[in-house]
Amino acid sequence: MAKQYEFKAPVLPYILVLPQMVIVFIFFFWPAAQAVLQSFYLQDPFGGKMIFVGFQNYSKLLVDPDYWQSFSVSTAFALCITISAMTIALFLAIQANKKIRFASFYKTMLVWPYAVSTLVAGVIWLFLFNPNVGVIAYVLKHTFHVDWQYLLHFDQAFFLLTMAASWKQLAYNFVFFLAGLQSVPATLIEAAAIDGAGATKRFWKIIFPLLSPTTFYLLVMNLVYGFFETFPIVHSITQGAPGKSTGILVYKVWRDGVINLDLGSSAAQSVILMLMVIILTIFQFRFIERRVTY
Amino acid sequence: MKRVILLMTVLCMAVGLYAQTTVEFWHAMTGKNGEMVQAICDQFNASQKDYKVVPVYKGSYSDTMNAGIAAFRAGQPPAIIQVYEVGTATMMAAKNAIKPVYQLMAENNMKWDPKIYIPTIRSYYSTSDGRMLSMPFNSSTAVMYYNKDAFRKAGLDPEKPPATWPEFFEVAKKLKASGMEGGFTTNWISWIQLENFSAWHNLPFGTRSNGFDGLDTKLVFNSPIHVRHFQNIYDLSKTGVFIYGGRENKANPLFTSGRVGMHFESIGGYGNMKATCKFDFGVARLPYYPDVPGAPQNSIIGGASLWVFNGKSKAEYKAVAEFFNFISQPETQAFWHMNTGYLPITQAAYDLTKSKGYYKDNPGLEVAIKQLLNKAPTANSMGIRFGNFNIIREIEDQTWEDILAGKISVKDGLDKMVSEGNKTLREFEKLYK
Repeated sequence: MAKQYEFKAPVLPYILVLPQMVIVFIFFFWPAAQAVLQSFYLQDPFGGKMIFVGFQNYSKLLVDPDYWQSFSVSTAFALCITISAMTIALFLAIQANKKIRFASFYKTMLVWPYAVSTLVAGVIWLFLFNPNVGVIAYVLKHTFHVDWQYLLHFDQAFFLLTMAASWKQLAYNFVFFLAGLQSVPATLIEAAAIDGAGATKRFWKIIFPLLSPTTFYLLVMNLVYGFFETFPIVHSITQGAPGKSTGILVYKVWRDGVINLDLGSSAAQSVILMLMVIILTIFQFRFIERRVTY
Repeated sequence: MKRVILLMTVLCMAVGLYAQTTVEFWHAMTGKNGEMVQAICDQFNASQKDYKVVPVYKGSYSDTMNAGIAAFRAGQPPAIIQVYEVGTATMMAAKNAIKPVYQLMAENNMKWDPKIYIPTIRSYYSTSDGRMLSMPFNSSTAVMYYNKDAFRKAGLDPEKPPATWPEFFEVAKKLKASGMEGGFTTNWISWIQLENFSAWHNLPFGTRSNGFDGLDTKLVFNSPIHVRHFQNIYDLSKTGVFIYGGRENKANPLFTSGRVGMHFESIGGYGNMKATCKFDFGVARLPYYPDVPGAPQNSIIGGASLWVFNGKSKAEYKAVAEFFNFISQPETQAFWHMNTGYLPITQAAYDLTKSKGYYKDNPGLEVAIKQLLNKAPTANSMGIRFGNFNIIREIEDQTWEDILAGKISVKDGLDKMVSEGNKTLREFEKLYK
């Protein structure tokens, strides 16, 4: 029997949500509408001249191989981050969940990177691996004679970005996995152990399925992170180099709009990104509600 | 009642005290340079009572320009904004947004002669018929820095830096052979190795006087000489004599940590070099190919200038005009020049600095000025003026990395820079025609 409170006056609830709605309107809907509007124009940055060009900003993007290259590198980047950050976090969470000495110390240490801002995380990795000033880059070059030059080699740049971005996301995943593991009833595991299931079997048959809501939630969050929140890492480490090979979609939006002042194309790109987020979100809610059992 | 009268009196007094006209000056100078901007404004404010210029730091060059654009669109622009050289064409094309400096000075009946400015600096910010649109402020040019200690170690004369490119490459090889990690590196591949390279060899970078004569300009920096130069650098990258250090000024640590012996960088970076190099270094002119007729011509500038926004009051414009007049004085310029390493923008300021004997201790700064004044500028060496220039530089940076990574040949790479750059020029033309 859930208690429900009904407002007697029909106006009050609207007044109560009004401040929130005003904020959402001013900071989300209004700029989004502006972006949609701007995406149909070619304009000079000072707003002196606006030429209506219809869908030209979009069609130009869709036939531009560079845009598709940026799209595929963004996808690969998001997938690699998600896979590495989630598997490593799960592994660490399982280890930290065991009864070991200094368990809380390990946990604190593993959660720590989450407090670092993404930009600072990028700068930390930059100072380690930059071929001109990096400490590890120096060791790689002089001790192991690796041709470490991620400013020219795409595979190195991609690897470094993935590592930096995954490291930053690891802590977040770790917290959720640990919480998920702790809510797995010990009785179930004990019962399975008595029935003769080994550690591996217990994990795959009991723990992993029970973790599925957490896993799914993290999957979506990691993909969103990989696609949209890794901008500061790319900005600080590679700036899209070598060539434009690591210029992921969000980086390109910023670059084309803020630096290159091509507002029409930048607006069109952000509208496409907005659609992507909407689709991801719908997918998340539908899927969570229907498929994943809590 | 008495209280009201008292309040009114106090208010009137307050207004009387602040009848001074205040104008904002948005800039992008950090560290020592930012302090010097503040110092110049303080000097101006102390020199008279009617006007007050308030400098406001707005972040990087692109942040500052964006802040200015946003403020203009919101109807609240500052009076003065500092815009970097790549934004010059965009500002010039935004006719509704700016007030040209020549007009500002004429309207305020200032005794002002544009001829006092150094020709290469003046021309960069003027229309092709000589009307100055923005006020030169922090101007620099590209020079060569070399490690004198490394020269000695390699058995080279530290007082004789290589003057031509063929000599330069030989010296670079010797430096590497002497035990250095590499021979040379460079910053700003577009500004130094393409724009300045073209001007220095009196070659066109683009048609229509490098864009000065109209928006229907095309890039042409894929001539055989340009290709030869890039091929030479590329070939030396294969043997590790040239080391790539990244875009913009990111290659600096390679030189300052003594890993390469020669480097190309702005003279604006002179102070930084002095502060970070733990070795004896020298500044020399850019090398040239001796078989190119007319070389060396003169180098071109980089840096930023001050633009005036439209729609301000008469009093505010008067304040800006007075301020511009103040910063053009030889004393102000010499002060700025000696404290920042940026070039003096007038001949008088150069002469004043020289008479103070400043170049005896800082010969590097004079090398840069002499290089700029080497010959009277031609259509190829007045400067560079292209719309969407940021995009063009980005294309050049990206393609240069592809060349070094072996993804595209040098010739095809330069052709690609030109053709992609021309596409973006046509878009700019379409927008502003």
